[in-house]
Amino acid sequence: MKKFNIPHKFEFITIIELYAQWIREGKLKVNADWNKDLNIKFTAQDPCNIVRKTQGQKMADDLRFVIKSIVGEENFIDMIPNGVNNYCCGGGGGALQAGFPEQRRAYGKTKFDQIVTTGATYVFAPCHNCHKQIEDIGEHYGTEYHVVHIWTIMCLAMGILGENERAYLGPDLAEFGL
Amino acid sequence: MKTPIELDDLSCEIKNQVQEKVPDAFLDLCLTCGTCTGGCPGSELLDMDPRKLLRMVLLGMDKEVAKTDWTWVCTMCARCVNACPMKINIPKLVYNLRNMWPRENRPKGIRASCDQHIRAGNAMGVPTDDFIWTVEDVAAEIRETQPEFKDMKVTVDRKGAYMAINQNSREPVTEPDEMGPLWKILHQVGADWTYPSVMWAGENYCLFLADEEGWRYILEEFVYHIDNNLGCEVVVNTE
Repeated sequence: MKKFNIPHKFEFITIIELYAQWIREGKLKVNADWNKDLNIKFTAQDPCNIVRKTQGQKMADDLRFVIKSIVGEENFIDMIPNGVNNYCCGGGGGALQAGFPEQRRAYGKTKFDQIVTTGATYVFAPCHNCHKQIEDIGEHYGTEYHVVHIWTIMCLAMGILGENERAYLGPDLAEFGL
Repeated sequence: MKTPIELDDLSCEIKNQVQEKVPDAFLDLCLTCGTCTGGCPGSELLDMDPRKLLRMVLLGMDKEVAKTDWTWVCTMCARCVNACPMKINIPKLVYNLRNMWPRENRPKGIRASCDQHIRAGNAMGVPTDDFIWTVEDVAAEIRETQPEFKDMKVTVDRKGAYMAINQNSREPVTEPDEMGPLWKILHQVGADWTYPSVMWAGENYCLFLADEEGWRYILEEFVYHIDNNLGCEVVVNTE
């Protein structure tokens, strides 16, 4: 809208800012107790479009605040580099549909190595392009990690995740809390 | 015998065109330090990298620049411009290179998604009625099977809702149950929200295709619907 100078009356924000705001205000009652003994490790992808290209480090900070609130500070392992300096997963800019899968996967090897180095079993990818690409490179390079939405783990943490809302969970959480 | 390149004699059409459109891309300022390339996961793919691409543009190698597929391998992630000491905007250069490709020669997959979005309001081309039906069907099932959410409100085009929320079309089309957790969170916090029926999808393949006309059309339709039909104060981009 900025690019084309289209006037609009509404404000444009992301759900991650809202998650963070609602947790801070106490409206969203989440905690990481469910993971206290399980100690399942999580990492996160900073989507280029909402972090580096638009909202900056504040978005990366909000993302981490939300994630740590639902999986526990000690169970979140950041990739290095991260935030505004994060590596692109290689799925953005239309790459998933551009018809160069070999190059796309070679591009994604950087991200794959970063994820594997964290040792995390789960990767948060709050962007559909990142989500698909990170899943694909995981399968391609052959390592078992799972790519999840924040909404899945948030509902899991609140004990309200339904039976058929678990497509992206691994066997360790497939029936957790049911 | 090799002769020096006379910079003043070069004809750099692409450079001039891009500079005219985006003067703040600062294409002329490159120090050739290679910081962009050192931190780019796309470097070396198709024997290309950001510094090399910019060199070629500056040397007027327009024919080679215009046909390199690297234009579609680069994801325009902006890590290069973020690190560049001269703030040279490679992603904007790449976007404009994409824009120079005849539309029919741009990658079929991206083009099809952009076309669907213009036609149907989402990249997967699902008709609006199907979207609304799926949303209502999944919501009804949650209300029925999960008693604590029996009063959960899920609406499309509810006038005066505070928030309009977009949804990537992958959910309603291929994995509708994935919408449930988001709705439940919104219900827990008492959010006053609705889905718009016009251009409801969160993705934007016309941007990737560098189809300015299509991109603008999608935005204009969306903005008109939100401002004039729904009156939402906030638009929320989802995960």
